[in-house]
Amino acid sequence: MTKELLQLRVNGESHTVAAEPHHTLLEVLREELQLTGTKHGCELGECGACTVLVDGVPVLSCLTLPAQLDDRAEVTTVEGLARAGEGAPGSDATMLHPLQTAFAEEGAAQCGYCTPGMLMAAKALLDTNPRPSRDEIAHAISGNLCRCTGYTAIYEAIEKAAQAR
Amino acid sequence: MRPFDYLEPETLDEALALLADDPDDTLVMAGGTAIVILMKQDLIRPARVIGLRRIAPLRAIGATDEGLRLGALATHGALARSPEVRGHAAALASTFAAVATVRIREQATLGGNLAHADPAQDPPVTLLALDGVAVARSKTRARRIPLDALFVDLFETSLEPDELLVAVELPRLPVGARATYKKFLPATLDDYATVSVAAVVATDATGACTHARIALGGAGPVPLRARAAERSLLRRRLDDAAIREAAALAAAATDPIDDLRGSAEYKRAMAGVWTARALREVA
Ligand SMILES: Cc1cc2nc3c(=O)[nH]c(=O)nc-3n(C[C@H](O)[C@H](O)[C@H](O)COP(=O)(O)OP(=O)(O)OC[C@H]3O[C@@H](n4cnc5c(N)ncnc54)[C@H](O)[C@@H]3O)c2cc1C
Ligand code: FES
Ligand code: FES
Repeated sequence: MTKELLQLRVNGESHTVAAEPHHTLLEVLREELQLTGTKHGCELGECGACTVLVDGVPVLSCLTLPAQLDDRAEVTTVEGLARAGEGAPGSDATMLHPLQTAFAEEGAAQCGYCTPGMLMAAKALLDTNPRPSRDEIAHAISGNLCRCTGYTAIYEAIEKAAQAR
Repeated sequence: MRPFDYLEPETLDEALALLADDPDDTLVMAGGTAIVILMKQDLIRPARVIGLRRIAPLRAIGATDEGLRLGALATHGALARSPEVRGHAAALASTFAAVATVRIREQATLGGNLAHADPAQDPPVTLLALDGVAVARSKTRARRIPLDALFVDLFETSLEPDELLVAVELPRLPVGARATYKKFLPATLDDYATVSVAAVVATDATGACTHARIALGGAGPVPLRARAAERSLLRRRLDDAAIREAAALAAAATDPIDDLRGSAEYKRAMAGVWTARALREVA
């Protein structure tokens, strides 16, 4: 099978990836770049587990071919949320994104399978609307299914992260 | 998924020329939400895929002398937010807002939706009731296809393999016309409709009906116009008796299938119920 060289910018780094042209962005992220934070769910566009950001916009990576992205498009996955080395001064600890802290504190993740997609959808929301209403939060994550939490803790975590920023 | 060559033309003319080279082994891709799934399931095996996303003029949404023109590459999300779409008919904007989830709406396009021709989709129903006309182009031809001639059968349109949908045009509505779209979703909000109904009516100063359109989704192999029901309303007041008669005629015009969203019998009954609700809203 002929692989093609793709240029991808992921989490601030440029990658040249040899991938088959028919592989989805989800497959390339997980299998070529070993960024397994982004989850395989339904692969039918229904669950949102595979949500990543492309230039800040949430996109279903299971229905996107890398070839559909502009060369300079910036892909952000859940691995790009936390900032390495920006934890406590003088340490090389990782600083979690306020959304990640709030999800942990509010119990917004149970099995955690939906969490990367939820975090990315929530980040896109807060980046464009720093003080969303409960309705706006519900709308923003309405493409993301969670089988565990019943959503209330997720709404609360997103509200808490909004306040923390 | 099978491998294929992926091409991304910059202009419509380039896309049409590429398509004309090998129409039978080429598929165009707009948002990819339908085609990527079909390729992954190995249900379609194109040798070439032509991505349309760079052809920016196909995204345009705007008023024309005759009414409204919706570019084939406009996403459901952009159409739902468009002031021009809302200004033409608020029911049309809410139809686009009723498609799937926010994720799909921001990626999937009008042209992909129409060409995919799943009869349970939402936009075709309201567009039919608004007398929509598809504008198609090939390298050598341009033609206008009224939407009820576009949908031929389940997942089948009258587009030729070398044709692209470039837009949908909607004529201006009669003065005072009222429109609604009802999507019956007994299971979850992000589902396809079990059945759906769009109704557009206008009445004169005496309350007599001068214009009636009723279209149904999920009710047969293609989105349907309930023409006998429409005719039954003309020149009548839209009272309870007229609405009940039209609803029964609309139900009789359906030809649904049994599936996870309900039995054929249930869907036919619901087509009547939701036609009556739609008509009451616009009466
Ligand atoms: C999870 C999920 C839920 C959904 N729920 C709903 C729903 O509730 N209601 C609803 O209405 N729809 C629903 N859909 C369907 C969705 O609206 C369609 O998948 C979408 O509109 C297709 O658009 P696209 O741009 O992604 O098309 P693509 O996948 O790119 O293409 C679809 C087909 O159209 C052809 N095509 C695309 N553009 C053109 C063009 N300009 N000219 C000619 N042919 C073209 C392609 O060759 C292909 O055959 C859902 C889809 C998914 C995945
Ligand atoms: S894996 Fe992409 S939406 Fe479910
Ligand atoms: S925490 Fe399990 S699916 Fe959401």
